Amino acid sequence: MRTAVVLLVLLALAAVPGSLLPQRGVATDPAAVAFFVRDHPVVAPWLDRLWLFEVYSAPWFAAIYVLLLISMTGCVLPRCAKLWRDYRADPPAAPKRLHLEQGYAEQPVARADVALAGAERHLRGRGFRVVRTASEVRAERGRVRELGNLGFHLSLLVLLLGVASGRLLGYEGRVAVAEGQSFTNVASSYDALSPAPWADLGDLEPLSFTLEAFTARFETAGARMGEPREFVADLSVTTPDGEATTVVRPNQPLEVEGTKFFLTGHGYAPLVTVRDGTGAIVASGPTIFLPRDADFTSDGVIKAPDAAPEQLALEGLFAPTAAASAGAVTSVFPDTVAPQLQLSAWTGDLGLGDGTPQSVFSLDYDDLAEVTLDGRPWRATLEPGQSVTLPDGLGSVSFDGVSRFANFQVAKDPGKELSLVAAILLLTGLTVSLAVPRRRVWVRRTGPHTVEVAGRSMARREAPESELAALRAALHPPEKELAR
Amino acid sequence: MTDAARLSDSLVASAIAVLALALLAYATAAALVRTRVPVPAGVSGSDRSDPAATTGRVAIALVGLGTALMVAAVLARAVAAGRAPWGNMYEFGLAGAAAVGVVFLVWGRHLPVPAVGVWVTALALLLLGISITLLYTPVDDLVPVLDSLWLVVHVAAAITAGALFTLGAVVVGVELLRRRRGRDTTALARVSHTVHLIAFPVWTFAVIAGAVWAENAWGRYWGWDPKETWAFITWVFYAAYLHALSTPRWRRGAGVLALAGFAAFLFNFFGVNIWLPGLHSYAGV
Repeated sequence: MRTAVVLLVLLALAAVPGSLLPQRGVATDPAAVAFFVRDHPVVAPWLDRLWLFEVYSAPWFAAIYVLLLISMTGCVLPRCAKLWRDYRADPPAAPKRLHLEQGYAEQPVARADVALAGAERHLRGRGFRVVRTASEVRAERGRVRELGNLGFHLSLLVLLLGVASGRLLGYEGRVAVAEGQSFTNVASSYDALSPAPWADLGDLEPLSFTLEAFTARFETAGARMGEPREFVADLSVTTPDGEATTVVRPNQPLEVEGTKFFLTGHGYAPLVTVRDGTGAIVASGPTIFLPRDADFTSDGVIKAPDAAPEQLALEGLFAPTAAASAGAVTSVFPDTVAPQLQLSAWTGDLGLGDGTPQSVFSLDYDDLAEVTLDGRPWRATLEPGQSVTLPDGLGSVSFDGVSRFANFQVAKDPGKELSLVAAILLLTGLTVSLAVPRRRVWVRRTGPHTVEVAGRSMARREAPESELAALRAALHPPEKELAR
Repeated sequence: MTDAARLSDSLVASAIAVLALALLAYATAAALVRTRVPVPAGVSGSDRSDPAATTGRVAIALVGLGTALMVAAVLARAVAAGRAPWGNMYEFGLAGAAAVGVVFLVWGRHLPVPAVGVWVTALALLLLGISITLLYTPVDDLVPVLDSLWLVVHVAAAITAGALFTLGAVVVGVELLRRRRGRDTTALARVSHTVHLIAFPVWTFAVIAGAVWAENAWGRYWGWDPKETWAFITWVFYAAYLHALSTPRWRRGAGVLALAGFAAFLFNFFGVNIWLPGLHSYAGV
């Protein structure tokens, strides 16, 4: 038990640094570790060598909980064997020095053998296991306490199994889908995908869905103005079973055969049509802009590699409710009250031809030149429905409207059912082992008209005194019961 | 602001006044117990003529009244918001203070030690004061991610466990101090043991309910978010405490582990929301 205490304290202390330092693979902010490393160039490599950016998968953290589980198993298995023997054995005989036990009393009765019979009947009625010999009654109850204790400890092993199978076989992904766009569940559709070592990405659940509409509602007045109040994503989902429409909200994911799609974020996708110098449409439809702040000032890029005479790209800053000010557009409210799109333009080689993968949210400026007007960088600020002509006959841009996009966190965890079973077993076992007192009770004949009564608690807490009091009362059975 | 919301705020103010009087009464009772002259044998020194006992009874009555006011304030808040009254830090603090009062009235009332009353009342008062000044938020709707049945279950369990931990920590603290002075601590030990035996499964349930909710809202049941991490640390410290109680040679010092668990619990409520960025930071400070 001392080993357990030491290891538990170590485990608690070992978990602390992971909450104070940024962690890899902890969902909150994927870039947190990179920022920390940049800001602390001297300390960070040493912290990294000690696995302090991934505490919960660090060897030293694993060492503590593995040692704890080993010590626990070593402690629990012999107790299982003992419990098995206890279950098959009768309650033990009364100790010789019964007067040292709890609630000891010697009391006169009408007839000792009748009192013993009365005690047996009383204790059986109270759920005790009872053995009556010629001279004494031995009783015990609450063995289920030990069963609960063992169940609790063994459930921790099951929990480890559940966590491990999720970590080895599951996967997590992230995808942003704009209104009107569709998603097909194959690995290449994801914006980010982190599979476990043994996950089979060729075997993703066959399904696709279209984001038909996304509704967001915000607090429009008071101290909490701008705080979100409701998000609803309307989907039409196609699975091998057919097509269906469904609604996804926070706390209400889409689930298809164990693969779950959680609504974790949203933003704006301006609808922009780009025409090149020849008048041909070279880009159109919604483009996802990433939010920068709580009021959804968002930025994004629109690439038109097919534009003539030169490849064309637009860099945009979008505000759903633009503040009336000069300079860079900023938003003051998260909903679309007065949307504005501020654009700058680039021409040249987008760098898409050389096969290097490129983010859809940024430009590779190496071979691009910014479009200028009268020697100054060209800028245009548009409201929905407005269009603007680019200088130098490069083409035109029209801002057709705003649609929203929804961010989905996708997860499949094949170990979670096992973990849930373990958690239920854990809680049940714990409650039983802490709530049920295990105790023994003895009634011994000391003479033809006297018996002695005492009990012993097998837990740290004493058995309720009322129990022995009720037993003593049962030793004086009413006359008619005597006659029976 | 609706009438119910205003009523809730007034009830909180009244509760603070009543609890301050209760604290005063408990402090007086504690002082009287210290200076009490031993009653000479043979004199029928009944309880009624003992000023310490009388003051103690006044104090417990005041705590009862203060708790009733806090419970009423929580209920009024629920009516005003039309939802479970623990959707932000302020409401958590208010409901927590009310729960501490209830738990104390159930288990701590009969302890023959005014020091426990002093500390529990002081902590409830402090929590209420911090809530109404630093954490106060007007009644409002929930952000969508909190709008779930699991909010009711998970947070209610956390509040209950927190109130039990608070009483347990106070009793254990007084127990440790008295034992160092070589005084009898049997009654204190019995209460602290009972309270922790109830608190630990309730806390376990709160953590499991939180995990189920996290699975339903974020797609993973455990992600080492700071709130989850500190809930785990709290759980492990209390597990260590219960194991130390079953280790004969460590039983006397085991209380230190319960205090460490309580410190982790407090840090989880205040520290994590204020200093550590995480998924639980929507709770609003």
